[in-house]
Amino acid sequence: MRANCWEGAKHVKVETVPDPQIINSTDCIIKISTTCICGSDLHLFNGFVPTMEHGDIMGHEMMGEVVETGKNVKKVKVGDRVVVPFPIACGKCYSCKKGMTSLCENSNPNAHIASAIMGHSPSGVFGYSHMLGGFAGGQAEYARVPFADVGPLKLPDDVTDEQAVMLADIFPTGYMGAEMCDIAPGDTIAVWGCGPVGQFAIASAKLLGAERVIAIDRFPYRLRMARERAGADITINYEETSVMEALRELTGGRGPDGCVDAVGLEAHTPGLVGLYDKAKQSMRQENDRPGALREAIMSVANGRTVSVIGVYSGFIDKFPMGSLMNRSVTIKSGQCHVHRYMQPLLDRIQKGEIDPSFVITHRMKLEDAPVGYDIFTHKEDECMKVVLKPGH
Amino acid sequence: MATQQVPNRTRHDGSDGAQHRPMTRAPRNWKGAPDHYSETPDWKDGTTKFLGWFSIGLGLAEIFAPRAVAKLVGVSDEDEHVGTLRQFGVREIAAGLGILTRPKPTYWVWSRVGGDAIDLTWLTRRLRDSGEGNDRTKLLAAITAVAGITALDIMQGAKMTSEKLPSTGHDEGSFQVGKGDDGTVRLEAQVTVGASPQECYEFWKNLENLPRVVGHLESVRTLGEGRSHWKAKAPAGMSVEWDTETIEDRPNEYIAWHALEHEQVDNLGSVTFVPAPGDRGTEIHLEMEYHPRGGALGARIANVFKKLPQMELMMDLRRFKQLIELGEVVQSDATASRKTPHPAQPNASNELKSELRNR
Repeated sequence: MRANCWEGAKHVKVETVPDPQIINSTDCIIKISTTCICGSDLHLFNGFVPTMEHGDIMGHEMMGEVVETGKNVKKVKVGDRVVVPFPIACGKCYSCKKGMTSLCENSNPNAHIASAIMGHSPSGVFGYSHMLGGFAGGQAEYARVPFADVGPLKLPDDVTDEQAVMLADIFPTGYMGAEMCDIAPGDTIAVWGCGPVGQFAIASAKLLGAERVIAIDRFPYRLRMARERAGADITINYEETSVMEALRELTGGRGPDGCVDAVGLEAHTPGLVGLYDKAKQSMRQENDRPGALREAIMSVANGRTVSVIGVYSGFIDKFPMGSLMNRSVTIKSGQCHVHRYMQPLLDRIQKGEIDPSFVITHRMKLEDAPVGYDIFTHKEDECMKVVLKPGH
Repeated sequence: MATQQVPNRTRHDGSDGAQHRPMTRAPRNWKGAPDHYSETPDWKDGTTKFLGWFSIGLGLAEIFAPRAVAKLVGVSDEDEHVGTLRQFGVREIAAGLGILTRPKPTYWVWSRVGGDAIDLTWLTRRLRDSGEGNDRTKLLAAITAVAGITALDIMQGAKMTSEKLPSTGHDEGSFQVGKGDDGTVRLEAQVTVGASPQECYEFWKNLENLPRVVGHLESVRTLGEGRSHWKAKAPAGMSVEWDTETIEDRPNEYIAWHALEHEQVDNLGSVTFVPAPGDRGTEIHLEMEYHPRGGALGARIANVFKKLPQMELMMDLRRFKQLIELGEVVQSDATASRKTPHPAQPNASNELKSELRNR
């Protein structure tokens, strides 16, 4: 089959690789109809996530048709049209039973590598480095999906591919980012980053009853989409104004009641501190550039929550611990426990409360994946979300 | 695969070939802070303190009575020499203060060695300056004295460099991760499994199951009467074999085994099953000890196990957890391959590990 493979920093290539096969008895194989490039794929693409190997198949947002099932698969049938959550979860361990599927204790066969780097291991993830399992990703014609009865969600006919594939990662991730802010009536929520996940955090904050949502980015087309499609009430271009001062002014000096970091480890920070982070990161003295996170912590109202859904990989500098501790600020974070959000969010799509396909700006063939990475990473052509259609 | 058979002389005379040794475990009760908690640590010995005071004394003399010092060591009291001696005095005072005030002044003792070299060079030069009021006999005596002090400085510096900082004290009551004090390789790992102690115990009770989880074991064959024959992988395609016997078996709680006394590898192992709090299942505590009993083969075996990181035992226990909770070991495209490293892409059929083929 054809698959989009990582071939070193800033280099992906569509190659011919062996077809997937059933390895564990609860696996299924799906023929992929729609798959996406995620903002977090850009961290892999740009070489910031350790333990990638040449030839790794990229991609963790996928949906398609089940074409083969392992002998212990009971619910899922050949021919089912399913969307696949990006964390791989067994459904039987303590974390899975508590609904924290991105912390599945059994799905990462390379847990020892992740434990060495992070202390303990999260779940395995499709196409997201060897420390998260070494599972082939979904930017391919076919994919092997472990725990077929736990992850894949069977889709109704009235939901389109382009709506459904957003349930694999970014809609639930944005939703969890908003949910972790414990939104109460009257709350103002600020969202750093108006990429696809940020757009869904904004939209979800509105769905969850936020009084006002403030969106922060530097690309006018992203800020425009936040206002016009996701429902942001106010947008801030951080290259044109001071975010902290603007937030203070907009909230009567209190600060936002919830801050969502939908940026992660490649934050751009204007001025000297930004240069400092870039230099330290390029010299491997700091894995992650945490500009947005620092600003979110300093900005949030006393006693409220900073919700981190942007991806971080390792260690950061100049963490404002004094602000966090003295002002009773809570940080909540995590890779999204996608499994528990897929059905409720599918219901919202079917009820017409939201059409998550609004973020899609580019539709391409699988063969054009390298072009998709290129324009997405450089924010060219007003690129927001690239979907790939294998078999077209 | 080449196999090195360890001479097998299993006793059949009924004598107790096993040497029972309980597995060690650190005490886990807590006590208060040690009494000396607030003491300021100071680990200078008498020699170090002497060197400090000697530096101060010599320094004061060189600064305030340079002409007397010049006379003592046999150099003329011309202004150039007096200036040099005063500079030496400042250096000596600095070294003396450093030695007396720092808790562990290794650096300052070595700085004295540097100063000694300068002094010796200077005195030797004066020895070569013919006449001009320099007293050859006194100079030779001074050089000998400085050389003696230099030797003392070097010895003390080397001693302090090799010394580790003493700890603030041993606390019997605190938890410690186990470490062999006699060359023993001791490994421990833990995992929590979502099953009852009984379910977990049933798996371990049959030692022949062990190679399914313990990565470096090739096979375990039970011989009856609590004895079993173990075979482990060694480097370069070799393997090592030995006989063990179960020394304790408390159903649903604890199993311990060890190698028979005559075997060249002294292997102790135990697994403890502890009910986990709440609805978390069972904690599995696995401990393994390997100790060579002499002989080239014994040393080689010990080497195999020394290279086994803690990580491997952790991987073993995660495999066990998967077998109990899921009934099989989870594989990714990368880990299912016989070839390592293998990229995260599907394997060709002939690349899969043999046990995964034809599923």
